[in-house]
Amino acid sequence: MAEMTGVSASTSRRQSLGSRLRYYLPTIVVAVAVLVIWEAAVDIFNIREFILPKPTDILAEFLAQLRTFLTPGEQSILFEAARATLWSAFGGFIIGCGVGIVVALATARWTILSEATMPFAIAANSVPIIAFAPIMNNWFGITNPASKMAIVAIIVFFPTMINTVRGLTLVDRGALELMTSYAAGGFKILWALRIPNALPFIFSALRVASSLSVIGAVVSEFFGGPRATLGVYITQEASGFNFTRAWAAILVASMIGILFYNVVLLMERRMMPWYHAQRQTH
Amino acid sequence: MMGTNSAMSNPNASQQVILVQGVSKVYNQNTDEQVIALQDINLEVCEGEFVSLIGPSGCGKSTLLRLIADLIQPTEGALRINGKDPYRARVDQDYGMVFQSATLLDWRTVQKNVELPLEIMRYSTSERRTRARDALRLVELDKFTNHYPWQLSGGMQQRVSIARALAFEPSLLLMDEPFGALDEFTRERMNMELLRIWRETNITVVFVTHSIPEAIFLSSRVVVMSARPGRITSIVDIDLPYPRIFETRESPRYFEKVNIVRELLRDAHEVG
Repeated sequence: MAEMTGVSASTSRRQSLGSRLRYYLPTIVVAVAVLVIWEAAVDIFNIREFILPKPTDILAEFLAQLRTFLTPGEQSILFEAARATLWSAFGGFIIGCGVGIVVALATARWTILSEATMPFAIAANSVPIIAFAPIMNNWFGITNPASKMAIVAIIVFFPTMINTVRGLTLVDRGALELMTSYAAGGFKILWALRIPNALPFIFSALRVASSLSVIGAVVSEFFGGPRATLGVYITQEASGFNFTRAWAAILVASMIGILFYNVVLLMERRMMPWYHAQRQTH
Repeated sequence: MMGTNSAMSNPNASQQVILVQGVSKVYNQNTDEQVIALQDINLEVCEGEFVSLIGPSGCGKSTLLRLIADLIQPTEGALRINGKDPYRARVDQDYGMVFQSATLLDWRTVQKNVELPLEIMRYSTSERRTRARDALRLVELDKFTNHYPWQLSGGMQQRVSIARALAFEPSLLLMDEPFGALDEFTRERMNMELLRIWRETNITVVFVTHSIPEAIFLSSRVVVMSARPGRITSIVDIDLPYPRIFETRESPRYFEKVNIVRELLRDAHEVG
């Protein structure tokens, strides 16, 4: 009578370590191959630095900057810039996603609000928010990180809000009927049913938002900002023909993006253990 | 084996639990798409009874169950549950309900799913834990308390949902084709289990099904319904002795009852 479909935790972990290696192996092979071809192509075709620097040169520049950064008393503008951009992206991410989730909760609570705001939100989601960057520079001041945070916050707000509203409203009808049969109140239905139901939707929005926030921060810095920000650093180094430095900054920006994404992924696994385990087996 | 009737096997059968009087349910009233789901339904269910509602799809058997559960309101007529208005009975948690799909919450373990109604009813943490354990022991799933729903088979999931409906010890259990999605083998096993639980708890059961063998095997009374408009055509006493066992399904009296209900359903279909 008591059949079981799952396997015991220890064996599944051991299996998943092996299968995980097998899962990532093609990715690693492709990445290494691309880098080797890139390196070789620059040498063979004698590609000039301003077109495409060698990966090893970019890495060397990055390591040199890192050494400066880690030496007491010395300053690395690249890492100063990374810190500033990370801060803008993070601040904007927290504000935009936070407000997005709160607004979604409010709209799910009052249906009228959702009917009034959802078409607007969906339309606004297709507006290129980045075009407002010069306006924000004007509002908050070009060197004020708030001008970049504002852009990031607006960019991440719409997808987060739309997805959260979807998650709160796309609830199984049977589950709602069940809650009604228990005479559960609106707050209990929100807390025990709608919010957990929305979590996978929210986290898929946060994953998108994590990448969008770094893109938003760097691109809004292209429109001007303090010297020590990645966007300004990249434009200035590129216009000064220091392309290896510009590429090293792009590498740092990518690392920030990957960091954000993985933090969101970690939170997701922490908060939805049921969801992750389910998707791994099926 | 001499047959004992349903009243004798359940000594408290005199107390009325459900009263349905002149109930009609019309959907989309006064429009082109008007559908009379139920017309002039009268039914009385007494304490300790196991009553099945059977009929073709569209006969309104699920609608009738939903009316009893106060999930929808009648267009005409009145219902009383334990002598109360259905709304009052729902708020007082007089009944537990089991749906065709188990409707377990994916993010809750088996234990936490069974605790859900107890949470809503504000039981203390320790009370919740012990009651959920007792209910899970009743459906023989007390070894699976920390599993998530996706780790269980369909039959096990439905047993969890039965435990959830029984956890707060309601006097009435409403079941809407609970085993409809299960294979024949699992379904027969679940029927045996349900009968055991029914006898252990002395709960009143109203059971919607479209399976004649299932209705006969489980019920003390079978309510036969027909479609367009949905109405009760006859009520059959199933005076097979309890406890009903595997061999009950092979007895001549059982086949006799199956044939009676089958005839009634066919007649109802021809008239409808």
